[in-house]
Amino acid sequence: MVVPKVAHFDEPLKLSSGAVLRDYQLVYETYGELNAARSNAVLICHALNASHHVAGWYAADPKNVGWWDNMIGPGKPVDTNRFYVIGVNNIGGCHGSTGPTSIDPSTGKPYGASFPVVTVEDWVAAQARLADLLGIERFGAVMGGSLGAMQALQWTIDQPHRVAHAIAIAAAPKLSTQNIAFNEVARQAIMTDPDFHGGDYYAHDTLPRRGLRIARMIGHITYLSDDAMMEKFGRVLRGGDFSFHFDVDFEIESYLRYQGEKFAEYFDANTYLRITRALDYFDPAKKHDGDLTKAFALAKAKFLVASFTSDWRFSPARAREIVRALLENKLSATYAEINAPHGHDAFLLDDANYLDLVRAYFERLGVEVLA
Amino acid sequence: MSAATLKARADFEVIARLIPERASVLDLGCGDGSLLQFLTETRGVTGYGVEIDHENIVSCVRNGVNVIQDDLETGLADIGDAWFDFVILSQTLQAMRHTEVVVDEMLRVGRQGIVTFPNFGFWRNRLAVALGNMPVSENLPYAWYDTPNVHLCTIDDFEAFCETRGIRIRERVVLTRGAPISRLPNFLGQLAVYLFERNTVR
Repeated sequence: MVVPKVAHFDEPLKLSSGAVLRDYQLVYETYGELNAARSNAVLICHALNASHHVAGWYAADPKNVGWWDNMIGPGKPVDTNRFYVIGVNNIGGCHGSTGPTSIDPSTGKPYGASFPVVTVEDWVAAQARLADLLGIERFGAVMGGSLGAMQALQWTIDQPHRVAHAIAIAAAPKLSTQNIAFNEVARQAIMTDPDFHGGDYYAHDTLPRRGLRIARMIGHITYLSDDAMMEKFGRVLRGGDFSFHFDVDFEIESYLRYQGEKFAEYFDANTYLRITRALDYFDPAKKHDGDLTKAFALAKAKFLVASFTSDWRFSPARAREIVRALLENKLSATYAEINAPHGHDAFLLDDANYLDLVRAYFERLGVEVLA
Repeated sequence: MSAATLKARADFEVIARLIPERASVLDLGCGDGSLLQFLTETRGVTGYGVEIDHENIVSCVRNGVNVIQDDLETGLADIGDAWFDFVILSQTLQAMRHTEVVVDEMLRVGRQGIVTFPNFGFWRNRLAVALGNMPVSENLPYAWYDTPNVHLCTIDDFEAFCETRGIRIRERVVLTRGAPISRLPNFLGQLAVYLFERNTVR
């Protein structure tokens, strides 16, 4: 069982865009105990739609299990009997940290469209302040999958002395053109929804549900592999035969609609726009004329990079670009390419090879940082 | 590493003597990482293993050895020219399908290469073939039908290969029952260890 906590920060946070958050709050959860040497802290960075609730469940809502509960917990690959694990909702999010749904103190209304665009660097800066507050000088590990992996990588660049190990799963050094294109379709779906109202739908007491549904449907298609989708849904017809109308015929349609509707009820559209933008903008090589090796020149962490063979959204080839840059910098690194059929979603699923790898890495890491 | 592993891999000690302190090393087909672990402990080397098998990757992680999952047969596309002082291929050469590609890649990404392989010219192997059977021994522990070895060679074969490929052999150590020998190596030697580099003039 776990209880979310809230940390308030009065010191303004200057964002990459130039905008300043005068004050803000971060909602977070912790699991396990910080050891006396303060060396066993592990920061978990979340991806697009997840939150600070990475493991465990809430007393009032036992069905609400953390999104990485198969990975993190007592006796699990990231063993909370040994490690002090922190999950944090990023700024711009919609799970309790300051974001577009929060009240702007200068207007007394939700920020809405006026909430600034945030970047992976901004998130790392905010997470570092949370680490200060919790008395963590240096993380034993910073870990994430997908967009979470980008944050783990950014930590090693922006805070090289504060991270011993970075674990980047299903990672890419920047989005491909195709990735950005998918994000743009998702954003257009949201922004052209008549209920979007330029981002100030809160004032109209509505939500751009149609846009969010479509955005989520597109996302889901890209998170699964063609084979996994075929395997799971095939061409199975709900009614047993064609209905000759445009309601749900195929199982896959039913699945996508269900996922879309569920998502539209809990996820904030303005947050979705900002998080996809943060994905688009992530490119640590940009400041170095596109040279990723130079981007990691000051990094000191040891790295575990893992990809999944069937992940076409963040393919193994993209992860290898990261590995190449790490090797050229002679950084300590291990790279594993997990043979898994599930596509990008594999980083959240139970795959014995994948979980064994992370378990082995943390066992070794424990020997090092708990010594 | 267990004493048993060390004994089984007599070439480890020889390789360690060929490598200076704190050299950078790439170990191709590194298995569970025991050679790199040994070299790290005895010579303070830094580097990475390259391995295709997931179980071995996990073993490397357990052993604290950096490892990159990759298929040697397709080359080392993610590794730049001369990034390493030494590239090692320990008892793997004979199991490679694309021997030439692998040796060329070794000398592209490293300044010097080290290979070790079981000498097929060892008299016991010759005797087994003369008597009508493929040899099975400590160094060649597989039956003909389940062996990973597709390119077995003799010491003479390997040296001729180097000659034609513009590779200069810097050192050769031939072992029998774990001890170096000098007489009739192609006949009396069980295991060959070579240190080589690219001939500057080809």
